[in-house]
Amino acid sequence: MDAASGDVLFARGQMAYSLGFHMVFAAIGIAMPLLMVMAEWRWRRTGRAQYLELARRWSKGTAVFFAIGAVSGTVLSFELGLLFPGFMELAGPFIGMPFSLEGIAFFTEAIFLGLYLYGWDRLRPAVHMACGAVVALSGLLSAVFVTLVNAWMNAPRGFRLDGGRLVDIDPVAALGSPFAVHEIAHGLLAAYMATAMAVAAIHAWALLKVPGAALHRAALHLALALAIPCALAQPLVGHSAGQAVAEHQPLKLAAMEGLERTTAGAPAHLGPVSIPRGLSLMAYSDPDAVVRGLEEFPAADRPHPVVRVGFQVMVLLGTAAAGWAVLTLALWLRRWRRGLPEARSWLWLTVLLGPAGVIAMEAGWIVTEVGRQPWAVYGVLRTADAVTPVRQLWLPFSLFALIYVGLAAAATLVLVRQVRQTTGEAR
Amino acid sequence: MSAASLLAAAMLGGLAVYAVTGGADFGGGVWDLLARGPRAAEQRKLVERALAPVWEANHVWLIFVVVVLFSAFPPAFAALGIRFHAPLTAALVGIVLRGSAFVFRSYGGAPAWGRVFAVASAATPFFLGLVLAGVTLPSGDWLGWFPLAVGALAVALGAYLAAVYLTVETGDPVLRVDFRRRAIGSWIAVSALAALALVAAPDGFAGRLDPTVVALTLLLAIGALAALYRGRHRIARALAAGQVVAIVAGWGAIQYPLLIAPDLTIDGAAAPAATLRLLVPALAVGGALVLPSLYWLMRVFKSRPD
Repeated sequence: MDAASGDVLFARGQMAYSLGFHMVFAAIGIAMPLLMVMAEWRWRRTGRAQYLELARRWSKGTAVFFAIGAVSGTVLSFELGLLFPGFMELAGPFIGMPFSLEGIAFFTEAIFLGLYLYGWDRLRPAVHMACGAVVALSGLLSAVFVTLVNAWMNAPRGFRLDGGRLVDIDPVAALGSPFAVHEIAHGLLAAYMATAMAVAAIHAWALLKVPGAALHRAALHLALALAIPCALAQPLVGHSAGQAVAEHQPLKLAAMEGLERTTAGAPAHLGPVSIPRGLSLMAYSDPDAVVRGLEEFPAADRPHPVVRVGFQVMVLLGTAAAGWAVLTLALWLRRWRRGLPEARSWLWLTVLLGPAGVIAMEAGWIVTEVGRQPWAVYGVLRTADAVTPVRQLWLPFSLFALIYVGLAAAATLVLVRQVRQTTGEAR
Repeated sequence: MSAASLLAAAMLGGLAVYAVTGGADFGGGVWDLLARGPRAAEQRKLVERALAPVWEANHVWLIFVVVVLFSAFPPAFAALGIRFHAPLTAALVGIVLRGSAFVFRSYGGAPAWGRVFAVASAATPFFLGLVLAGVTLPSGDWLGWFPLAVGALAVALGAYLAAVYLTVETGDPVLRVDFRRRAIGSWIAVSALAALALVAAPDGFAGRLDPTVVALTLLLAIGALAALYRGRHRIARALAAGQVVAIVAGWGAIQYPLLIAPDLTIDGAAAPAATLRLLVPALAVGGALVLPSLYWLMRVFKSRPD
């Protein structure tokens, strides 16, 4: 391997883990404010102290994760120029608009989060809760805008290619990528679902330690109210995402299934299970449809086979989460008047599935982004042509890798300590 | 005024606000690092309480500048990332560690995070200063006496602002005296480093300074010192912030019409007109949403001492 292609890999690797790290904190920063406002709203409606306590505790967790999300997001915005200046030079006129809108939404989020976190004693209660609602709404909006950037990278619009140069640049049309709607919906649901399932797991674990604790029952209620609808809707949105991939990125679809040969009535795979004609049916709503295999595309254009692994992990965990949501709903409806299911086996299942949403989100990101390679902007700019001429990129790669491993460990420790305190006090 | 110049002016404005808000937050870390004596713990506590509600909003001004830069002037952003790869990477390390360490310390992490917060706060403006000096030099060098002096000046300006602000933000008269002494001390450091930077600057640099802006800066600086001396802390706060805005404006006047020396100008690096025409109203709407909210945030947390 020559020095240049080694540096491309280091640049790709650094961008990949920076995003993989950031998105967990970003997702929590989007979903936790919604949960904490739900808790505060329940407190105002019912007057029960456990909801107020919950809103305060959740807002502490939000403060930690939001801050790390904010600084790691800053790193990303600079890394675009530090690692892929060629991409920014070409894409800036298109993605500048959604990035600017994202900046406005993020600014609003940071301002109102400050008011929410430190304004408990300085603002009237209704104003305080409204600040929390603004945080939740602007978090949602910043996710919408930033996902528009990625949709453009996967299915770029708003220009004409003229001998390798982009002409007739139209930044408004660039917002209308055919990937925009499903990527936004899929990503938002993933963020809410990953966070709510993790929160549900933490409080289910606390209920295993301290059965019947009012605080944790209240918390579980709220987390389920968010997790269940998201987990049920996600497979449907994922299906429409798959159809858009089939239409606009047939090579990515082949890589997701590891389909070597072009096949009519292609099967789908779910772990060891093979579903006859499943892929044709899901991708084209026709069991006999022809799905193009990897063989049809030049070897240099094919993404890494890890795309298939990512797709399998995402679908398996998404299916498990949807199954858990159906089970929970069934248990809940059966004992409607007595409240939540609190069988120990169900609590254990909820604990076990706690990380499923986060892992599925990361796996799905691998499908989207590794599946986009070798392109930075699909069909327009290759990643290798976008990379910086700066050499020795192993250095920043190793530096930030070390920092992120340390920060992940420290954030986990802080979280574990907060949870321990919770279960210790309730006993 | 062309759309490109308008957006460049917005960037300069964002940089100035970042300097007087985010810069002071970094300066708070400097005083955490230098906290000594019997009241060290109280001093650190005051810094923490002053930063907690606002530092994240203040930090977004840097993101604002970067986003406008890469949206409106993509080739300049690309050149910045290539030519200043090392100092920008170092500044990013500082930004990540400062923010994370601050919340870890506030929410039950190990006490060592307090150290990380302080060191990272002191280091970050130094590296940003290297970059700001480097983009004005035709050679693009970010290592040398001039960039080093500007880096040190950036650290000192943050510390100066933080000390002045903290005199207003504490209700404790003893702490107020502590920070008034620190404010006057850092005023002297700022003046010395500014003089050093001028001496170290390449030939012809001093001649590019706008005499009006220089005079205004000196007036504000002297006024701030006098107000500090007489214990008029609120007036000192306004004058010190004005002094830093004037310094950033002076830097902008030297730079105009260049974005990055020697060759990238505002018009030369501007994105296609279709993009610029869209960005201007988007930022105007954004400003109409963000600025009143920001004012409210500051009013809630900064209008009276704790």
